[in-house]
Amino acid sequence: MAGITWTVDRPAPVEERADAPRHTALVRVTHWLTAVCFLALLVSGLEIVVSHPRFYWGESGNVLTPALFSLPIPSSRATVPTGYGYVLPDQNGWSRALHFQVAWVLVLTGALYLVWGAASGHFRAHLLPSGSERSLQALSRALARHARFARSAAGDARSYNLVQRLAYLAVIFGLFPFVIWTGLAMSPAFASALPSAVTILGGRQSARTLHFLVSLALVAFLLVHVAMVWLAGFGPRVMAMITGTPVPARGPE
Amino acid sequence: MSAISRRKMIGRGLAAAAGLSGLAAAERIADRFGLVPPDHGGIYGPGETLTYAAQRLLTRHSLAREFSRSQISHSPFANETAPSSDQFKRLQADGFKAWRLSIEGLVARPSSLSVDDIRRLPASRQITEIVCEEGWSYIAEWIGTPLVDVLRVAGVMPQARYVAYFSIEADWWESVDMADALHPQTLVAYAMNDADLPVGFGGPLRLRVPRQLGYKSVKYINRLVVTDNLKQFGKGLGSASPEGGYAWYAGI
Repeated sequence: MAGITWTVDRPAPVEERADAPRHTALVRVTHWLTAVCFLALLVSGLEIVVSHPRFYWGESGNVLTPALFSLPIPSSRATVPTGYGYVLPDQNGWSRALHFQVAWVLVLTGALYLVWGAASGHFRAHLLPSGSERSLQALSRALARHARFARSAAGDARSYNLVQRLAYLAVIFGLFPFVIWTGLAMSPAFASALPSAVTILGGRQSARTLHFLVSLALVAFLLVHVAMVWLAGFGPRVMAMITGTPVPARGPE
Repeated sequence: MSAISRRKMIGRGLAAAAGLSGLAAAERIADRFGLVPPDHGGIYGPGETLTYAAQRLLTRHSLAREFSRSQISHSPFANETAPSSDQFKRLQADGFKAWRLSIEGLVARPSSLSVDDIRRLPASRQITEIVCEEGWSYIAEWIGTPLVDVLRVAGVMPQARYVAYFSIEADWWESVDMADALHPQTLVAYAMNDADLPVGFGGPLRLRVPRQLGYKSVKYINRLVVTDNLKQFGKGLGSASPEGGYAWYAGI
């Protein structure tokens, strides 16, 4: 076990010190791994959807049953009635292989982040709202500041504001676990080992539809996230997430 | 180089060596317990192997979900027209009386069974969902003989590791490991929803593997080969699917 030191053993969490990086190495590495995995899952996921751009609710559904909704796009399979007079090339083979391989990387990265985040106090220090923030007034103040696109308070250069914290918590502990769960629920072998994982969701086709909708929610988060980074100052913040260089602090305006 | 950093270097070197030999040992153990799929090569090999190994550890004996009679789909989707070969048409015109399912390879008594021979074996019924990798699905009742009972006619030798199965259609074949081959829900199906298995759904004989995606449930099967080595078939990737870019193990 030589060479392994636990951040928890240190007198103060490393990110609290004045010369500490804006983001710890583990946050930086897992952040970018997750970003790359998410983009690969998004591209391969869309490619898989193209082979059957119809969604259903309940246990089963096919082209002979009514769809809950369909995407107005052509399909890569001739059996799907899309209204288009042509069929796209079939790319499902590599898309599926990439999707499932990258899903493993994402799940293992996420597991590492969760264990570290809990053990190092990262979640407590940077994601859970602090005592004074746990009120509706604090939330409405923070939302109002966000709505005006006001520049962040000085303290935000070292940590996250309340709206950020809530958004990150929702993504890390809500959307990502749910997208993994709904994905696994589509696996016939996984469903044989844990049938309730499918029935709770309302059936296999419901799981597929939810998987698609949750990934749309994750895309929406990504767009807002990148837009916010852009508004706050893209260069320094992206550098902070790559090298850890602290973002220059600014006072509130 | 200071003593401390040298000690660190040695420590790291030892850790790396331990890690590598650990990986090598893990690979040997995984192979010994049948956790490595035949299509483990290539850039997606690690993902295929992790999925297959994890699911084999989790689901070796698990049962596919079964449904109530009221959940049977009113509109099952066949996704197939009948094979166009003259050979198939001749067999179909005769009510498949001359259809044979041969059982070869690592068996004590190589055999050849007619559809009626199979119907005389113990029957099993299951209401399960068939799921296409494209995303759609339907629920039906399948009636057939468990593959394990069909294999028993020929007597499987103990060194068997896989059962390969072939369609009368050229280049359409798959294989499963013994966990799925001996699984009670893996059927040689000859009927569906209380009628003979329609040709569109794979009649006269279809292998039904309900714990994997639909493409493992090969239609029009006429040949089973019990083997300890999948390298001898096709391109050696275990089935026709990996040759077309799809995973051999389709439990996911």
